[in-house]
Amino acid sequence: MNALRALIAFLGIVLVAAAAAWFKLSLVMVIVPYAAFALFLIGFSYRILRWAWVPVPFRITTTCGQQKSLPWIRSAPLDNPSTGWGAFTRMSLEVLLFRSLFRNSRARLVSGKLAFREDQWLWLGALAFHWSLLTILLRHLRFFLQPIPTVVGGIERLDGIFQVGLPHIYISDVIFACALAYLIARRLRDPVLRFVSLFSDHFVLFLLAGIAVSGLLMRFVVRADLVAVKQFGLSLAALHPHGLTPASPIFVIHLVLVSTLAGYFPASKLVHMAGAFLSPTRNLPNNNRAKRHINPWNAPVATHAYEEWEQEFHDKLRAAAIPLEVQDAGKAVTD
Amino acid sequence: MPEKLLQIEQTPPRGDWTDATVQFRKGSFCYGATPKSTSYLGLPHPRKWQPFDAEWQLPPNWRETLLAGMKERLNKYRSFRLFMDICVRCGACFDKCHFYLGSSDAKNMPALRAELLRSIYRRYFTLSGRIFGTLAGGRELTENVVKEWFYYFYQCTECRRCSVFCPYGIDTAEITMIARELLDSIGCGINWVIEPAANCFRTGNHLGIPPHAFKDSLEFAANEVKELTGIGIEVPINRKGAEVLFVMPSADYFGEPHYYTLLGYLMLFHEIGLDYTVSAFASEGGNFGLFSSHELTKRLNAKIYEEARRLRVKWILGGECGHMWRVLHQYMDTMNGPADFLEPPVSPVTGTHFENARSTRAVHICEFSADLLYHNKLQLDPNRNDRWNVTFHDSCNPSRAMGLLEEPRYILKRACRNFHEMPEDTIREKTFCCGSGAGLGTDENLEVRLRGGFPRANAVKYVKEKHSVNLLACICAIDKATLPTLMEYWVPGVEVAGVHELLGNALIMTGEKQRTTDLRGEPLPERGEQ
Repeated sequence: MNALRALIAFLGIVLVAAAAAWFKLSLVMVIVPYAAFALFLIGFSYRILRWAWVPVPFRITTTCGQQKSLPWIRSAPLDNPSTGWGAFTRMSLEVLLFRSLFRNSRARLVSGKLAFREDQWLWLGALAFHWSLLTILLRHLRFFLQPIPTVVGGIERLDGIFQVGLPHIYISDVIFACALAYLIARRLRDPVLRFVSLFSDHFVLFLLAGIAVSGLLMRFVVRADLVAVKQFGLSLAALHPHGLTPASPIFVIHLVLVSTLAGYFPASKLVHMAGAFLSPTRNLPNNNRAKRHINPWNAPVATHAYEEWEQEFHDKLRAAAIPLEVQDAGKAVTD
Repeated sequence: MPEKLLQIEQTPPRGDWTDATVQFRKGSFCYGATPKSTSYLGLPHPRKWQPFDAEWQLPPNWRETLLAGMKERLNKYRSFRLFMDICVRCGACFDKCHFYLGSSDAKNMPALRAELLRSIYRRYFTLSGRIFGTLAGGRELTENVVKEWFYYFYQCTECRRCSVFCPYGIDTAEITMIARELLDSIGCGINWVIEPAANCFRTGNHLGIPPHAFKDSLEFAANEVKELTGIGIEVPINRKGAEVLFVMPSADYFGEPHYYTLLGYLMLFHEIGLDYTVSAFASEGGNFGLFSSHELTKRLNAKIYEEARRLRVKWILGGECGHMWRVLHQYMDTMNGPADFLEPPVSPVTGTHFENARSTRAVHICEFSADLLYHNKLQLDPNRNDRWNVTFHDSCNPSRAMGLLEEPRYILKRACRNFHEMPEDTIREKTFCCGSGAGLGTDENLEVRLRGGFPRANAVKYVKEKHSVNLLACICAIDKATLPTLMEYWVPGVEVAGVHELLGNALIMTGEKQRTTDLRGEPLPERGEQ
């Protein structure tokens, strides 16, 4: 149901974009990307600041390996870091290689027995998806920068190193398409995952698929006028926008979908991009007993003090010959 | 009987999870907190109620209270706000929860359990949720949602297994803790948490044992040691100026098989001549406050440092208990420290500086004993444990909130000759909960416990069949209280013991008589047997 709703919303946006192209509303091509970019910047910064403003009252590291305790016991510095550097390394591996996801396994009940098997498909799909997306984003910088930075040129050359097809097929495009297809198929086909998925989960996948398809179409089928696109991109980047005329409908759709994704980003789960870095179970070292963690709002609470306790159980304590602070009412004992 | 529970519904969930209706079936929930315990702790809205009542008698402003409570906590806990925002529902956590594996109830999948709270967060605290409602994943806060929260957040043992597998480390324990705080704020706690907490607040321990009975049971244990070994020992209580304050979960001196672990501690302390005291005031290491709220955790935990200061000890030694160590390791210093009136702990026997505990000044007994063994300060006769084929159950908190994995294994391997690990997916940081932690270990909740404990039991069954394992060793008081029932149901013939019981069995004490039985009073195996 949520998938269907997301599909309708997605198609609606495609239709609107196509209509804009049909009626040559070149203003759309200026307003939409700027609005989206502004929403993205402001919204995303707000989300990050909102998290950052909230304190981390306790050091609640999730430990996934041996603690550093006695010198002769080998500790697991990556899975259970005891220093800031260790936590930094752990975090880096999480962000760059999705290490926790690599741990994934599947548990199945087979004739009364739980069976576990390794399952790295999601890890592979997610890693392929994110890295190829990053590569594609970096390649797109060529449309906004003049001269094209050497790094961007280098990435392009590496990405198209096989020199297959004309124009060259980029490795990242192939990987991205496969990974995205896998992620979509998985979400639609796995009944449990479908049960849990929200509108938003499907919607962002459809947007990405639309962006990928329109992009590939422009490269291989309905070839875009790259010079015009670049001029348009540069004009946007220079804050001196002029509409792309005449704009192909595919390009407008591509642009509107990208803008929708960017504008929707801060309101969606995609904020995990920054949130992952802030996760207190992963980004703190497990050195709780060695270094005190300060809770900025640590406030006094109502406790049951020893004196009250001794008073309540005074007779019983005395009968049991347990040492007392106060032998008889009001008479302190020196020991 | 086990076959019946094993008929776990395998068909995929259908329909819409946002429907909050739950049924309180017998065996699948815990009773509501009594007005007496609730009032004793000064918690809100005490009343006589039960979850199966049609009318929960919530306070008139319950919705405002919950929303205000959420708002407050969103601004106090980065974990909470972040975990409400960043879940992508990737599915990595789905089959990591023991309750889901044992029940196939989709709302026991960690992501969906969190979603029960997240949907309310979106509806009332995000712009998109306020505008688009259900389309943005929001849900109205209704009385049914409160009941659903109660049902499912008291079907989570805060074991953190999902957090190991989550790519962002989203910790359901954190979400459950906040949800339970919210439920408490409108008087919807469970008695199995609130009553022990009230007892602990008053007498010093969860079981409500007054000081003279505390002393009696320790003296009884001392006599037991004398009978077993012929050695008379003293257990100092509330003694000022001792070097070490020893704190243990109260079940150790009142429950079985915990009691044999207590004998093990006492024998060990006597043998090494430890200058220690126990306290009748800080007579509880465990902390059921942790299963209610951060505030109650702090209130109950305060007495440990308070007593250490009053008794002028140098450092604290803590017994075998799971969630007690989550509190001592991750919360105590922050909540009730700094412990500047104590000294960084040093083993009086080996001279080892426990560098990892230099601020909190609390050492786990497994760290302490492993250090003794490493320096060959104890004489052991592991043959005395030959009747056992031992496996080790990592308790959730020491493994995933601390990383105490090797120390207990080191002790076990020295104290026993037959040790076998359970499958890799079920031990260490991937360990499965007993199914009864976080205050759920009560008998009215038995079906949920047996279901939740199924993955653990299944792994035990595996090593029982493969290696004839007949003893499940562990370092947690809740484990010791509830695993015997679990074993009886799923894997009959496997018993449960603390690590220090086995150490006590094997420990050769200076001047002891020829031992004829182990700590349980069972005859020792003939030498050379096995």
